[in-house]
Order: sequence, then C-alpha cells, then structure tokens
Amino acid sequence: MSEKVLMKGNEAFAEAVIRGGVRFYFGYPITPQSEIPEFMSRELPKRGGKFLQAESELGAINMAYGCGAAGGNGFISSSSPGIALMQEGMSFLCGAEVPVTLLNVSRGGPGIGSIQPGQADYNQVTRGGGNGDYKIPVFAPASIQEAVDILYEAPEIANRYRNPVMVLADGLMGQMMEPVLLPEPKPDLTSADIPKVKPWAISGSEKGERSVVKSLRLQPEVLEAHVEHLFEKYAEMEKELERVECESLEDAEVVFVAFGTMARLAREAMELLEAQGIRAGLIRPISLWPFPYAAFDRISDKTRAVVSVELSMGQMLQDINLGVKGRVPVRLVHRVGGMLPTSIEVVEKTKKILEEVR
Amino acid sequence: MATSKLFFAGSGGQGVLTMGQMLTYAAMYADMNATWLPSYGPEMRGGTANCTVVISPDKPVSCPLIYEADDVVVMNLPSLIKFESLVKAGGNLFVNSSLIEQKATREDINVYYVPANDIAMKLGNARTANTVMLGALVSVAPVVPVEMVYKIMEKTFSGRKAHLLDINKTAFHAWKAV
Amino acid sequence: MKPVFTVTKGMLPVSTSYCPGCTHGVAHRIIMETLDEMGLLGKTLGVAPIGCSVVAHQFMNVDMCEAAHGRAPAVASGIRRVHPDKVVFTYQGDGDLASIGMGEIVHAAARGEKFSTFFINNGIYGMTGGQMAPTTLIGQRSTTSVDGRTREQAGMPLKICELLATLDGPAYIERVSLDSPAHIRAAKKAVRKAFEVQLAGKGFSFVELLSTCPTNWGLTPPEAMKRMKEEVAAYYPLGVYRDAEV
Repeated sequence: MSEKVLMKGNEAFAEAVIRGGVRFYFGYPITPQSEIPEFMSRELPKRGGKFLQAESELGAINMAYGCGAAGGNGFISSSSPGIALMQEGMSFLCGAEVPVTLLNVSRGGPGIGSIQPGQADYNQVTRGGGNGDYKIPVFAPASIQEAVDILYEAPEIANRYRNPVMVLADGLMGQMMEPVLLPEPKPDLTSADIPKVKPWAISGSEKGERSVVKSLRLQPEVLEAHVEHLFEKYAEMEKELERVECESLEDAEVVFVAFGTMARLAREAMELLEAQGIRAGLIRPISLWPFPYAAFDRISDKTRAVVSVELSMGQMLQDINLGVKGRVPVRLVHRVGGMLPTSIEVVEKTKKILEEVR
Repeated sequence: MATSKLFFAGSGGQGVLTMGQMLTYAAMYADMNATWLPSYGPEMRGGTANCTVVISPDKPVSCPLIYEADDVVVMNLPSLIKFESLVKAGGNLFVNSSLIEQKATREDINVYYVPANDIAMKLGNARTANTVMLGALVSVAPVVPVEMVYKIMEKTFSGRKAHLLDINKTAFHAWKAV
Repeated sequence: MKPVFTVTKGMLPVSTSYCPGCTHGVAHRIIMETLDEMGLLGKTLGVAPIGCSVVAHQFMNVDMCEAAHGRAPAVASGIRRVHPDKVVFTYQGDGDLASIGMGEIVHAAARGEKFSTFFINNGIYGMTGGQMAPTTLIGQRSTTSVDGRTREQAGMPLKICELLATLDGPAYIERVSLDSPAHIRAAKKAVRKAFEVQLAGKGFSFVELLSTCPTNWGLTPPEAMKRMKEEVAAYYPLGVYRDAEV
C-alpha cells in the first residue's frame, strides 16, 4: 500500500483525477483553483496526457466537449463565475451525452463576488444554469481524502452514464493541506482503444459505423423521446449515486445539515454542544444531486430543530424542507461574502434557535 | 490525547507557513491526523501571513477552522497585536522577542519570549529563526514527537540543501524554557 | 459501360435541406469529394456549427459532432488532443465564426491548431431568417438593417482572412468563391491544400468560401451568383493570404 502524502487540496484533486484515468485538461485561470491548471501543465505531458490553456471558460468547456465527444477522458476545473460561464456547455454535454469530469472550487458571489470560500453555487450546480431538462450529479466532499476518492471515481461515473459529473469543493479545501492516501493509477485509455471502449465516440468511420454526437433534434417526437431517455438515466443515477453520512441522529435534540467544510464545522459544534449537555446530530449530504431526501426520515421524534449551516443565504433550505416535510422546524445558520462562522458561533446561534422553537 | 490547535503568524518571508507545514508533516509521519490551512478568509488582510494547524492524534480532525488556539506563535508586532486574543485561556503564546519589543498584555496565558532571530544569527544562519521558534513551541507543547520533526527535516534538507540539516537541528534545540 | 461520373461516397445518399441556389451543397460536396479522393473519409472527424449547416452531419459521410454556436474551433481543439493522427475540420458560417465565435477562431488560429476550418461567408444569418451578419456589406439589406447596413449604425464588415493573416499561427489561409465552375474547381484545390497542410503537420489551415443565400438576399439563384461575383468579391478579394509549402 502506498504511504500517506501531505498535499495541498488543489494539487491532490488534480493528482486524483489523473490517477482516475483523466488524460486531458482544459482550463482558464481563476482564483482559488489556479494551482490545478499549473499542476496539470506540469504533470499531464509526463503521463501521456495533454494540457491546453483555453482562451476563456467558454473555450475550456467546449474543448472538453470535443475531447469527450472524441472519446477522451477530459477534466476541467474552475470557480463559481467561471462555472457560470460554462453553463451553456453543460447543457450541451448533457444533451449530447458527453462524459466530462468537472471541478468547481467555489467562491463568493454574486457577480465577481470575492475570492474567499463560499457555497452560494448550490443552486447553480444542483439546478443547473443551462437550458433544457438535464441533470448533473454533484458531489461535495468534506475532506481532502474524500475529495481524492470521489475525483478518482468521477471519470468512471461520467463514462458509465455518458454524462458530466461535478465535484464541488469550497475554496478552503483547495488551499488546505491534509494527509491523503492516493489510490493506484487506473490504466490509460489510448486513442487506439477508443473505438472499442466507446463505439459511440467520434474516432473515424473506419471503425465500422459512423458516429454522430449531437444534441439537436428538430423533430419534436424525436427530441421528446431523447429527453425521456435522458431522464431514465437520471432516475438510474438517483438510485445509484445518492450519498450521505448521518451521525448521532437517534436522540439528537438538534440536527445539523451541512456539506463540505461547513460539515466539519458542524461536527465540531456537535462536540461543543454535547459538552454542554445538548445532543446534536448531523446529516451530511455528499451528493447534492441526487439529494439524500430519505436520510431526513431518520430524524427522530426527539429532534426539535433542523439547522442548515451554509456559506450562502440558505440555498440548501429548499431541499432540506423537501426532506423534512414539515415535521420539524428548519432554520439557517450562515455567513456569506467569504466570512466564515466559527463553531462557537454555530453553537450560540443553535442554542438561540432551540430557545425559539421550545 | 486531545486535539491541538496551533496558529502561526508573521510577515511573508518569515517562514510562518513552513513552520506549520513542518508540524503537519511530523504529525502525519507519527500517524496522527492533521490539517494545515493558510491564511484564508478575511483575516488575510492586514499584511500578515498566517496558518492554522490542527492535530488530532486519534480521530480525524473535525474542523480545520479554529476560534481559539492552544498555541500561538507570533513572529512580528502586528501579529502579536492581532492574534494575542486568539490564545485560549491557559494556552501558550510564543513571541519573537528579537523583533517584538512590546510585551503581551494577557495574564491568563503562558507567554514565552523567544529571541528567535538573535539565536539564529548566533548560529550563523538568520533564516533558521522559524526553526528556533518551532523548537521552542515543541519543547513547551510536545504536540508531535521530535524524531518525526527530524524526519521531515531530513527530507526537506537533502540534496542541494543537505548542508542546512545540521544547523536546523541545532536551531530546533537552541531555546529552552527556563 | 464505363461511368463518366459517380457521386462521392463522402455525401450520404439523401437530399439536403438547403434552399435552391444555396451554395452549402457545393461546399459540402467539394470537401467530401476531396476527402474521398484522398482516401480520408474513414479517418476524418468533422465539427458542424450552429446555423443552416447545423445539419451538415446528416449529409457529410464522416464521424461528426455538433458544437455550440461559435465554439467549433474549441471543440476541434479538444478532439485534436484525443486523436492526433486523424483528420479534423470545422465547417462554420459567418454568424458562427465571425460574430459569436470570434474568440475561439482567433485563438485556435493563433495556437496553430492542426485542423482545417471551412468558413462559409454568405454575409447574412440564414437559419434565423436573414439578419445582419458581421460580414454583411455596407448598403446590404437584411431584416435587422432594412434600409441597408450603414457604417454609422453597424460599423464595417469583418474581413476574416485578412484578420487571421495578421497572426503568426496559421499555416495556410485562402479566400475562394463558389460563383462559377472555374472558381469552384479553384475552391476544391484550396480545400485539398488545406487538408494537405494539416496532414503535413504544418498547422492551422483556413479556407473562406464566398457563398450565396438567395433566399435571404431576396434574389434568384442566378442573380445571387452575379452579386457574389461582382459585389461581394469586390469587398472580399479572392486569393491566398498565407501560403505553405506542402
């Protein structure tokens, strides 16, 4: 077994996708993830891959589309405003069923916002900003190890469903260092393997059958059938890709809901509350779409409040409410703009909420 | 063993981020859990470089963000002014007295004045001031085993930098609490 | 009996959906015939644009994918990274390439991307119904310049070959016209050269094909041909703007 290494989040993310089979990277510099294109420009050429700095995020996502349409395992990373610019491309990737791995190291908004960590991309990534009926699985790891494991798996998930897959990490995780165990590199998919492994991809009609990768379907009945087909796939994803971690729900007076770094903060708040005699639990959605609604059925009768801890104005509340179904009051503890709450702050606000709902 | 929360602050070039990383490496080599987080968030304004290290010997680190620290190292005056309040009651504050004439004001913490730059100069390499400080910290608060600090030093100071190993080891032990 | 003419295998045996007198069909055919003659049909990957020729993949008998509006050069750059030994081309109209996709084409050309771009310049948005394009001539009527384009209101038409020729990246740039049998033969030669430059690994090759849009120009096909030969080619001079030895 390989030994643990200490890596900066952004570099660990990049190493993980390479080990997961990615050989093509397209990106445009944006804080707080610019270590990723830097790392890729150094590493990919050494490992049989190609790095291309795009002229814009529009360029990057469309290069990744071309790469994926041609059967390559492509990867792009960006941060919130850059992801916004890519939304047209995401709709195209889903419509044309092109697999790509995406990483959003998110920051504050709206607009250019700030370069500090934020989670206000929740709606952008779970609802999608592009046109049409489509879904993109989104995973929000809470540690660098979890991010590495998910990014290692992501290209395979993207290929299995012929759909983009996104990992959402906040800027904090990108800059943090934490020991990680890196997984064994997966074998390379060469351009010669593509006609066999991905016969749908464009690799030249000499392979036997002509391939066309497209999202245009002008006849309404054909497009309708295609969208229905996509949604059969999404239903499959909802069954297979939902991931959640629940802690101490049994007799929790209050249940926190948080993802990414905020879940770690919530976990510390749980410990602090416990020391004060208040039992707290945690629901940590790892997949934001599909959202783990069923986990909320496990909230016990003893729970008096569900508290979402977010770096946004409560974008996750809608999903939480769908999960809670009105059984328990749902409240929000949040900071925005790049401000980060402390666990003490979460504890104090939670105690106040418990007073209010008494 | 309990979780240790440490905070290092100074100006860019004082080896503040490196101190934190050395400690995080040492913790990893000792099979502990650890996180290192560079100045990020609003506190990065104000001309200081800083980093947070959380070491948890048994379980994964809950939270890489801290609201108080067991041990705080300040390498320059703005850092003392800004971060003295971060030390938890009963915790340790390490002040680089070579560059900071001012005294700490709190009574409820242990303050150690370490003339890190003077000691480093005497040893013949001004750049080891951060190692002197790290040694001071570990001698008072043994959050990682000394041999694991050696291990990361041996990895860091190898090849072209091998000549720096001995002086850093000496610097690490150059200050002891009286 | 010995056949004197056979239809190229490069075109699928279906009728195109283009308007009568439109030169898309001619452009498609000379590109596909060339690939056929060079024995490259099975190794070619094409990128279709947004515009009338969004459906090019229904007629061109090679592996193809669509690109979002203007992004074909970025898509082709991605394809090229995966398949360094295949033939890659984009087929783009003037709205796609010269307006919304200007960033992508300039950067692909500057990078010297090893693919070929065939640029169909008919000076109008065809699919959306005849709006002004960046290549619409001064005085030309369109549904968004009903009294004719003016410099004051819409600025000057873009000359893409000339613009790209200011860059060091491209290997080969030529403007041809589809207005007569002689010019179509010359256009086919330019298409062939574009692929030869690509195969020789010399870098980016670009052929602008002046084309007609009788429907949106409000002209009969013969009138459209005459306009292209006399008015359009006067503003967009035919010729080689960057040459490469192959």
